[in-house]
Amino acid sequence: MALLQIAEPGLSTAPHQHRLAVGIDLGTTNSLVATVRNGISVVLNDEHGRPLLPSVVRYHPDGSTTVGCEAQSRASEDPHNTIISAKRFMGRGIKDIPDAATLPYHFVDAPGMVQIKTVAGVKSPVEVSAEVLKVLKDRAEIALGGELTGAVITVPAYFDDAQRQATKDAARLAGLSVLRLLNEPTAAAIAYGLDNASEGIYAVYDLGGGTFDVSILKLTKGVFEVLSTNGDSALGGDDFDRRIYCWMLDESALHTVGDHDKAMLMAKAREAKEHLTDHPEVQITAVLATGQLIDFKLTEAKFNELAVSLVNKTLAPCRKALRDAGLQTGDIKGVVMVGGSTRVPRIQAAVGEFFGQTPLTNLDPDKVVALGAAIQANVLAGNKREDDWLLLDVVPLSLGLETMGGLVEKVIPRNSTIPVARGQDFTTYKDGQTAMSIHVLQGERELVSDCRSLARFALRGIPPMVAGAARIRVTFQVDADGLLSVTARETGTGIESHIEVKPSYGLSDDEVARMLQESYAHAREDVDARQLAEIKVDAQRLIDASVAALAEDGAALLQADERAAVEALITNLDSQLQGHDPAAIKRATEALNRGTAEFAARRMDASVKRALAGHKIDEIGM
Amino acid sequence: MPDFNQDHFALFGLDPGYAIDVEALDLAYRELQGEIHPDRFAHAGEADKRLAVQWSTRANEAYQTLKNPFARASYLLTLQGIDALAPGHAALPLTFLERQMEWRETLAEAVASADTDALDRLENDTRAEAGGLLREVAELLDTKRDYPAAAEVLRQYRFLEKFLADIGDAYEDME
Repeated sequence: MALLQIAEPGLSTAPHQHRLAVGIDLGTTNSLVATVRNGISVVLNDEHGRPLLPSVVRYHPDGSTTVGCEAQSRASEDPHNTIISAKRFMGRGIKDIPDAATLPYHFVDAPGMVQIKTVAGVKSPVEVSAEVLKVLKDRAEIALGGELTGAVITVPAYFDDAQRQATKDAARLAGLSVLRLLNEPTAAAIAYGLDNASEGIYAVYDLGGGTFDVSILKLTKGVFEVLSTNGDSALGGDDFDRRIYCWMLDESALHTVGDHDKAMLMAKAREAKEHLTDHPEVQITAVLATGQLIDFKLTEAKFNELAVSLVNKTLAPCRKALRDAGLQTGDIKGVVMVGGSTRVPRIQAAVGEFFGQTPLTNLDPDKVVALGAAIQANVLAGNKREDDWLLLDVVPLSLGLETMGGLVEKVIPRNSTIPVARGQDFTTYKDGQTAMSIHVLQGERELVSDCRSLARFALRGIPPMVAGAARIRVTFQVDADGLLSVTARETGTGIESHIEVKPSYGLSDDEVARMLQESYAHAREDVDARQLAEIKVDAQRLIDASVAALAEDGAALLQADERAAVEALITNLDSQLQGHDPAAIKRATEALNRGTAEFAARRMDASVKRALAGHKIDEIGM
Repeated sequence: MPDFNQDHFALFGLDPGYAIDVEALDLAYRELQGEIHPDRFAHAGEADKRLAVQWSTRANEAYQTLKNPFARASYLLTLQGIDALAPGHAALPLTFLERQMEWRETLAEAVASADTDALDRLENDTRAEAGGLLREVAELLDTKRDYPAAAEVLRQYRFLEKFLADIGDAYEDME
């Protein structure tokens, strides 16, 4: 399949050329990649026919990595360098990981996000996740026979800004162009809703390996509207394994075991949990490094007893989500189960009891998120326009600012539909004050110390005035990925100072470049060639978009000379594309971006008009 | 040409007023988002993407304001040049404040005794009262066009909304 190929310079791209786009479920335990083929969303298997890629990365002394099944099956051989469940550490500091002391890793506390010391050097969870994503990217490019245009990466709905930013950085590091970060339960709802042509209000109960989400969605013709979401980004199927593991230690009167034994017993615990899905009991047998034999029978009843508090812990977020949506359990038409852990019979029973109905399990709970992400990726890549649907998602946790006395003032409340922007006015409290520090937080609690600190920055250059005279407007903008940016300006005197903050945990472009350099240095891939390829993909995408826009609206919205100017910029970029000078391609790309800004604005106005056509046009003075 | 600064009602082609056709609002909102949502421009150029975020943000703000009766009423007052919720307005009637205090005591008692039935009753009573205030606001805004009076009733309503949020927190704390 020819990807992004144009026959003549500039203007003859077929508007409906199929672009290669994938959906990636970057899971705590397993990851998957899916794509839409012939109108059907399918999971792409590896060369052995396996759909799931264990999210396990092993670092070797020479800097190479092993990812997936092989790394997982040999985890107990090299527990310090085999990173399991890196997703739990994304965007987290060391103090956010309560069980850090019991994990076999050498954690390094770093500002913003914890890092892990391995035999191949210090790695951030972002780099570990990028290794998983690279394997999936390669898998997809081999299966589809071309370079990917873009990917939708799923994140737990309850991920905060730090965790989302870390996920997006991992995708960039893996060389993926991120079309959108999509909430996992929402992705599941797309796969489920389109499959079943459903209408009504649905709950999605998503218990992944390390995260729990519940989302309440309203499905109407062509619209998926998230009404509320809640969850626990540190509760998942892994916790059930850990309960079995701890029970085994108790039963054998062991207090601690070595890291090798621990990895082995955790694997046994997971197998036991899975076995209990369709068997009343399971025999767990293992030999420890000391030669001690472990041999227990775990019954379903005992397992349920071990798990009961975890199951109950998932029901509180369900209640909160319903409450936020202003609904009762009786309003819910169906409950969709997502995540391999929802196969546990006790969980299905508990969810069934809570919502007063049998949960829906007709889609594979391991695959449904990736399938939905692929469907959305196909739309976002521009492969589909007719019978489109609209996805309206929300911000999961309130965003706010520190005020006097260590309290948080909420600026954007949780469950606001995104994109959303909100401003808040502040003033100086001392005469002649010229600077003001601004502390951005996320969470529901009143105290600063109980919320997640996202960024601190100072607004300087405020003209000296008496206390209370300055007017400082702090604006929060959450984009469609659920990512926040903050701007502040002093408007009291008409003098504006303006600052844009990037949260402290986010990677700068330089850091991404350095990490890319490091990772590709090992793979002996030419970094420059890699960057050139990325710049070219971006440039080609812009050409395609511009050509399609001209074909659609050029005649109606542009004067002949304006159109000629845009076409000249396209031709220029296209001819640069034939060369190998990344700087020249970048310049030409930027020129085309600038040159189409006015056209874009006119098209947007036309879109708004189109939307309102038939809605009393004359009243709005069009 | 639809402009960024037109009022929320005009954006959705609705007549300004407290009473609105919610179905028409929903429909206009969805059609607008269908055209300008950032998902429609994920594969487009940077300029398109930025504009889409701006427009979509604007549509969300307008929709949420009009959808919520309290926000809609205070927005209507803003269009009349009245900032109903600014600090420094005259005190609320004494009888209203006294009843507030009674309710707060009932809430504290319900929480202390973990009595969810009492909490349910309190929530229902508050909702009924709040509904009554909104009907009053509607009449003052749409029929009598007595905006200062509407602003005062709206300030009372704000108390009840805050109180309902506190009841919600109490439910969560009991878990």
